[in-house]
Amino acid sequence: MSTIPQASKIVPQRPWKASRKDRVETGSIFVFAALVSILVVALTPLKGKLAYFVIFAIAYLAIDFVFHLRKAGRPAAVDSFFRGLVTMAILVAVTPILSILATVWIRGHKGLHLSLFTSDMRSNAFTDPVSQGGLIHAIVGTGLLVIFAMIISVPIGILTAVYLTEIRGRFTRPIEFLVQAMSGVPSIVAGLFIYAAILVPLTKTVNGIQGSLALAILMIPTVARTSQEVLKLIPNDLREAGVALGGTQWRSVAIVVVPAARSGLITAMILGVARVAGETAPILLLTGGSGAKNFNMFSGSMGSLPNYIWQAFASGTPEAITRAWAGILVLLVIVIALFSIARFLGNRKVGAK
Amino acid sequence: MSINSENNEGEKMETTTTPGSLSAIAAMHVDKKPGSQALGVGLEARGIHAWFGQKHVLSDVSLDFWSGTVTALIGPSGCGKSTFLRTLNRMHEFIPGAAMAGEVLLNGEDIYAPGVDVTKIRLKVGMVFQKPNPFPSMTIAENVLAGLKLAQLKVENKDDLLEECLERAGLWGEVKDRLNTHGGSLSGGQQQRLCIARALAVRPQVLLMDEPCSALDPGSTLRIEETISHLSSSVTIIIVTHNMQQAARVSDYTAFFLSDGGPGQMVEVGSTNDIFSRPKDKRTENYVTGRFG
Repeated sequence: MSTIPQASKIVPQRPWKASRKDRVETGSIFVFAALVSILVVALTPLKGKLAYFVIFAIAYLAIDFVFHLRKAGRPAAVDSFFRGLVTMAILVAVTPILSILATVWIRGHKGLHLSLFTSDMRSNAFTDPVSQGGLIHAIVGTGLLVIFAMIISVPIGILTAVYLTEIRGRFTRPIEFLVQAMSGVPSIVAGLFIYAAILVPLTKTVNGIQGSLALAILMIPTVARTSQEVLKLIPNDLREAGVALGGTQWRSVAIVVVPAARSGLITAMILGVARVAGETAPILLLTGGSGAKNFNMFSGSMGSLPNYIWQAFASGTPEAITRAWAGILVLLVIVIALFSIARFLGNRKVGAK
Repeated sequence: MSINSENNEGEKMETTTTPGSLSAIAAMHVDKKPGSQALGVGLEARGIHAWFGQKHVLSDVSLDFWSGTVTALIGPSGCGKSTFLRTLNRMHEFIPGAAMAGEVLLNGEDIYAPGVDVTKIRLKVGMVFQKPNPFPSMTIAENVLAGLKLAQLKVENKDDLLEECLERAGLWGEVKDRLNTHGGSLSGGQQQRLCIARALAVRPQVLLMDEPCSALDPGSTLRIEETISHLSSSVTIIIVTHNMQQAARVSDYTAFFLSDGGPGQMVEVGSTNDIFSRPKDKRTENYVTGRFG
């Protein structure tokens, strides 16, 4: 027996994590590079935020490389260089996004008001003081448009994905190509298609369902492609196991494959919704922009958030502009909330408690 | 657990695993005594503990691996033997939430000491995984030499090294005419020997094998075992296996791991002959005679 009586309690250690010394070193390089960038901007004609960042990035990568070269040799230095480069790339990618979020919050929060969520614009103009009128009609409109678009596009999208991954008939290739091409269709084209196919020859007027149809055209490729990727991840063993138990292909897909991909399919659905929630062009064309709440998809002009924002900006007065930013803020919060839900549902493991 | 033990009861009835046959296999070995001092202790584990998150999975394992020997780690599933193996070349830390305690000395120096270059450690302590994993984008030749590229090593004659490694892995004869085809065309056993050749190309001092035959058929398993026997004169081999006959056939030393619901522990270590014919611990005896696990 090898068990030796333990004198003291053994504590878990992680010797591979960065030690205090490592962190101090990295911090010093960071501070040093920042100082270099400040100095260079102060002493040379290079000016502006971009100059700070570019000089900082170059200085950091160079100092970090030389430091690790002397400390641990070339391979470690190259490793550290690429880690630094990747981090810089993330900063470059994230900065505009954070900047947009900050701008929307700074400009939009002044227009936030309780009445925004309780009243509509039936008896108010965009140029009225911000405390009067609201955008409940636009939230209702966007909600209805998106829900109907979802009802149309989710079954079509998921069934397309099932065709592409499970049935794999002879049209798989061309349909896959079409779906990919369709995801690049500009939204105005979808809008004009419905305009030409339905509004002009049949209804001759704006209504909600036409907007939903246009949004559905935009959603289908997103839902189909994401669902296809999700279904591809389901191991083939599961399909074989289902069929080997005597199920038909349809039963096996419906009982084994699709439930195994459930959380991913929900994610696909929500990504589709987020894709169209902010679409403006087809809605302007097809649903009108009533200032009153309209719950009937099949008749009458219907307000929506993108339309509200567009109308408010077009009015041009400071009050109207503030309204527009508040509308953008509300729309952004809705879209971010949808993405967060998609992430949460997508991260849940099927079969986990 | 209860279902498992029932199954094993059933298996025991049917199979003819008697203690005699295993110890007979083990006795056929010529014992490599640690007394041959020229070899020395290459790798020493000192008081190794391992955790995944809060879960303590391995407790206080100390084990010496003599150069040029084969050590088998046996024990039921979940006893921590694979985790222990992965602490020996610092692959353990790849798992998020992993933690450890203790020392692993390679040629007398702790591989977990601050400032140690982990890539150098993994160069000296190679690894072969449970499932054959040749790199799909590379040809057979490129696969064998992949380690040189990854670790930026230079050799004078790549063709010689290629032939030597494939020869040592027992694969040269089968692939010498198609070195530039992709590894995916090989059978599972051939792929695993390709992975062994790949591991040998960077000239490791120690080779860790994590159930290298569990995905293979008996014929391929036999070829891998022959390969292990040939290699053991030049490389220290540590092999995790569920197959006790395999442990008896290929190893010089055997360590038995067991978990009683808590963290896994090493119950007993000794020459393979001793472990299979006269184990000191009752639990080892029960395991090697097939009474449980």
